[in-house]
Amino acid sequence: MNLFDILGPIMVGPSSSHTAGAVRIGYMARKLLKEQPVKAKIYFYGSFATTGVGHGTDKAIVAGLLGMEPDDIRIPNSFVIAKEQGLEYSFHTISLKDAHPNTCVLKLISRDGQEIEVEAVSTGGGGIRIHKLDKVIVDFTAERPTLIVYHQDSPGYVAQVTAILAQKGINIACMQLFRNKRGGFAVMVIETDQQIPDAAISWFENLDGIQKVTYIDLTENITESEGDLNVV
Amino acid sequence: MSYNSFDEILSICYEKNISFWEAVMEDDVLERNTTQKDSRTKMKATWKAMQLADQNYDKDLKSKSGLVGGDGHKMELYGELHQQTSLCGNFLNKVMASALKMGESNACMKRIVAAPTAGACGVLPAVLVSFYKEKKCTEEDIINAMYVAAGIGKIIATRAYISGAAGGCQAEIGTASAMATGAMVFLMGGNSTQIGQGVAISLKNMLGLVCDPVAGLVEVPCVKRNVLGAMNALSSADMVLAGISSKIPPDQVIDAMKEVGDKMDFTLKETALGGLAVTSEGMKITKKMLSDN
Repeated sequence: MNLFDILGPIMVGPSSSHTAGAVRIGYMARKLLKEQPVKAKIYFYGSFATTGVGHGTDKAIVAGLLGMEPDDIRIPNSFVIAKEQGLEYSFHTISLKDAHPNTCVLKLISRDGQEIEVEAVSTGGGGIRIHKLDKVIVDFTAERPTLIVYHQDSPGYVAQVTAILAQKGINIACMQLFRNKRGGFAVMVIETDQQIPDAAISWFENLDGIQKVTYIDLTENITESEGDLNVV
Repeated sequence: MSYNSFDEILSICYEKNISFWEAVMEDDVLERNTTQKDSRTKMKATWKAMQLADQNYDKDLKSKSGLVGGDGHKMELYGELHQQTSLCGNFLNKVMASALKMGESNACMKRIVAAPTAGACGVLPAVLVSFYKEKKCTEEDIINAMYVAAGIGKIIATRAYISGAAGGCQAEIGTASAMATGAMVFLMGGNSTQIGQGVAISLKNMLGLVCDPVAGLVEVPCVKRNVLGAMNALSSADMVLAGISSKIPPDQVIDAMKEVGDKMDFTLKETALGGLAVTSEGMKITKKMLSDN
């Protein structure tokens, strides 16, 4: 927890978990889809389902999907903006087993038909955790640069990816590997201390057997205040 | 040179002969691997965001539930009309109005600075913005005071917690109040030991406060508790400046807050299952909210 997690975040109210965290979940899901979705099914669980509307959780998720960050003053108008930008969304409730009370599942479709399913948790204070990606259990917060590689579950992928990172002088802070079944598809989640250059990302993308590479870097969201400050 | 207690940060201050805010800032620079210039720029942006939020209050806004809105304006009008005769006096009226405004802006989905949380976002700006408007200090002083406040919040977050869900309102408004107390003691010329004393006194006054929001929303009683936090900060700071000390040292008060929070029933920790949330009026509001959805 850094100093500006205590004095901050700068955010649109009313709740760091139910509003700011929800914006971040939408924002992250959009990053994972790699573009703005045209269709979003949003499923709320627990406290998100019961007190979400009063906290603007619904507007917050949509705002995030539209690329807004938690301090964006357009968040309360996100439904109108979604309509203008052709994002169709619907809200549902969902029952999950042993889930955190502030959990939601987002099913997104992009313009060219790419689909993604993200299960995320708002952990408090605006922090979030991605819990499942396309039904595979993962676990990351994206508080550091995060590389997500979907690949075949066979030997050598981890070695190839980490070799490139080492060559570029990038230190791995945390690394996780998940698969749906033996020989099926696997998801590698690597959080790093340094930012990963574009060249490395496209190299990963061109490796045989790698289905998708997503890179998220949300580490520095310095806030530019909008509007004029008339303080004498 | 990290710190997890008042004992630690005070010994850093005295060993290095630096002030409280410098110790906090140096630690931030180290922890986020950045420069003093960047750290101060970020703190200044945070201060600007607080001022902007105070200024952008809209008296005509109502929260989604309709429970909250317009009270900050009422308080401001009352204060202006009764400058000489009101019970609390001119400065405190302004502080109260400012705290209400920020709490209401938060409930109405305006942009605020969580300090340390969104629910308690009115406490620190209420005292800082009001003090600054009275021209009692420079902007640099305010930035330094914000380091003091943030450092206090960090110690409490490390030793205990700062959210209503984890430790009740004492952890949320209580922490905000302690942060504001330290900031005010500093702005009034108090030393690092006195900052710690201020934290001890103000947090002691908040022990046991439960988090029982009606319908689970950050509205009732949260908005008005921001006033409580700000007023407690000012009276606690004044006590310290008068030479009054806390018999229990700050670290032990924080530990006591955690013990009380741990023992607090879950129905009183932001679940809307106890206290004001389950009064007959509270239940009525909740029912209406659910049927409106």
